[in-house]
Amino acid sequence: MDGLSIDDVSMVFTLPNGGEVHALEDVSLHLKPGELMAVLGPSGCGKTTLLNIIAGFLAPTSGQALLNGRLVTGPHKERGMVFQQGALFEWMTVAENVSFGPRMGGAPRPEIAEKVEHLLGIVALREFADKPVYQLSGGMQQRVALARCLANDPDVILMDEPLGALDALTREKMQGLVLKLWKETGRTIILITHSVEEALFLGERLVVMAPRPGRIHKEYTLPFADQGVDGDAREIKVQPEFISTREEILSMIWEMEEEIMGGGEAG
Amino acid sequence: MADHRNQPSALAIWLGIADNTFTRQKTVKFGDASAVNSGRLWSIVTVVVLIVAWWIATVGGILDPIYWPPLDGSLYPWDNPNRARPGVVDRFVSLMVEGYRNVPLWEHIWTSVKRVLLGVCFGALVGIPLGFAMGLNSVARGLLDPVVEFIRPIPPLALIPLVILWLGIDEVAKTFLLFLAALFIMLIAARAGVNSVRISKVHAAYSLGASRTQVLRHVILPNALPEIFTGLRTSMGVCWGTLVAAELVAADQGVGSMMMIAKNFLQTDVVVIGIIIIGAIGFAIEMLMRVLEGWLIPWKGKG
Ligand SMILES: Nc1ncnc2c1ncn2[C@@H]1O[C@H](COP(=O)(O)OP(=O)(O)OP(=O)(O)O)[C@@H](O)[C@H]1O
Ligand SMILES: [Mg+2]
Repeated sequence: MDGLSIDDVSMVFTLPNGGEVHALEDVSLHLKPGELMAVLGPSGCGKTTLLNIIAGFLAPTSGQALLNGRLVTGPHKERGMVFQQGALFEWMTVAENVSFGPRMGGAPRPEIAEKVEHLLGIVALREFADKPVYQLSGGMQQRVALARCLANDPDVILMDEPLGALDALTREKMQGLVLKLWKETGRTIILITHSVEEALFLGERLVVMAPRPGRIHKEYTLPFADQGVDGDAREIKVQPEFISTREEILSMIWEMEEEIMGGGEAG
Repeated sequence: MADHRNQPSALAIWLGIADNTFTRQKTVKFGDASAVNSGRLWSIVTVVVLIVAWWIATVGGILDPIYWPPLDGSLYPWDNPNRARPGVVDRFVSLMVEGYRNVPLWEHIWTSVKRVLLGVCFGALVGIPLGFAMGLNSVARGLLDPVVEFIRPIPPLALIPLVILWLGIDEVAKTFLLFLAALFIMLIAARAGVNSVRISKVHAAYSLGASRTQVLRHVILPNALPEIFTGLRTSMGVCWGTLVAAELVAADQGVGSMMMIAKNFLQTDVVVIGIIIIGAIGFAIEMLMRVLEGWLIPWKGKG
């Protein structure tokens, strides 16, 4: 079957003291090629764990992830990842970071150069190509991370709070960029975020997860991402429907957070 | 064009009596310890005061040349001109021109520096791969850990008797001692460098399609370089100290041996020159390594 399937995935971490954390329990999802799904949920509900399983960094305790019918057994360049921060190679220049995947894969030089040129154009960093990445601002670094991931033409792009460390304005600009890349490249994208607004604005589909054990609580199908591709972000975000969905999800997450706090069980 | 009228001179900035735009940009302040102003003017004051004090003590004849040499032999009011001895400045000139006991001063220095470089080189060549093995492989870690943890707290000087028993006192013995001193520092530094890699960088590389070897070569190795370089700097310092001490025990050439021989002839001036050279070379090594570090590993601490 085409697309990304997550079948009954459970993940139980065993702690050094013998305790167990049920980070995920029976999570099932299917993403068609080209879908953009946003994932929301209170802290500790297993979002990163889910992404790590899809990326192949973690093997689930039970269940499986499949991409286009093939079992995920480890990391692969068909599944690219954009981390929150600190995953760029600071000993390389911007261009070297972006070209990392193709270089490791042994692509011919002219092809690599062309690709880097093209991608740096898209993320508007052409004049920084030969700068070391640590000289760039946080927002610029995340654009490099995006370009680096795209350079490999992955089928699926996994993003774990890629914009979490950015200021509000940069963040809004980056959201536009993510939408643009999604439409232009037609990739399947899973995006984890803590911002309900961001999830609503970017997610064609939106999954809200609940903690203890980590599971899917509610799913939405949303129209805003499609409008956002050429529409005005501000206008979309003041639509009554946008606002009411936002409030609904916010109070949903609030309730879960309260439960965790009120439950009183520490750790 | 920039307005240069109010720019302080480079000399003023170097001395620390003026700020330029760069030093003003740094805003972290704690009292006066802002690390912005070099304060070099005051360093110069210290040096000048020390030299002037020495000069006054020399001219005034306050010093006993057996315990501390005059700055210059010709300045000292000797009771008996026939017993006049050289001071530090004139002795230094004669050491440079004629050498000490037929060996030019620079050769003593070079002998010592060469021993350190050899020791550190061998230590790095063996220690870095072992450190990598320990960082990457649990079998290597398990095998080597007891040895490393046991030898680590032993000061290299404590190994001198054993090394002399095994290898005598020749060049090989000294290089071997320094090799041991550098080996464990380099091994621990390389292991720490491997362990310091952020897991997200390794993950990123794998999901970009890198193989295990490529992750090692392009992520783990460059990521470990800052730690390895710090290890090199530390082992240079430690080896330099160890070597001088070893030369004091047994050697016929090198700065330490020169001082030991001079001591037997009550040549305090040579001893003091030796001390100054040891300090100066240790300082020069440290400075050189810092410059190299800024040049080779500009990304240090910026991950
Ligand atoms: N390696 C691990 N060992 C033990 N427990 C773990 C491990 N990784 C995650 N967990 C636990 O699994 C649960 C889910 O963690 P996860 O990082 O997936 O949460 P998250 O939803 O990404 O949270 P956040 O929004 O704070 O990033 C948490 O309770 C966490 O403590
Ligand atoms: Mg997380």
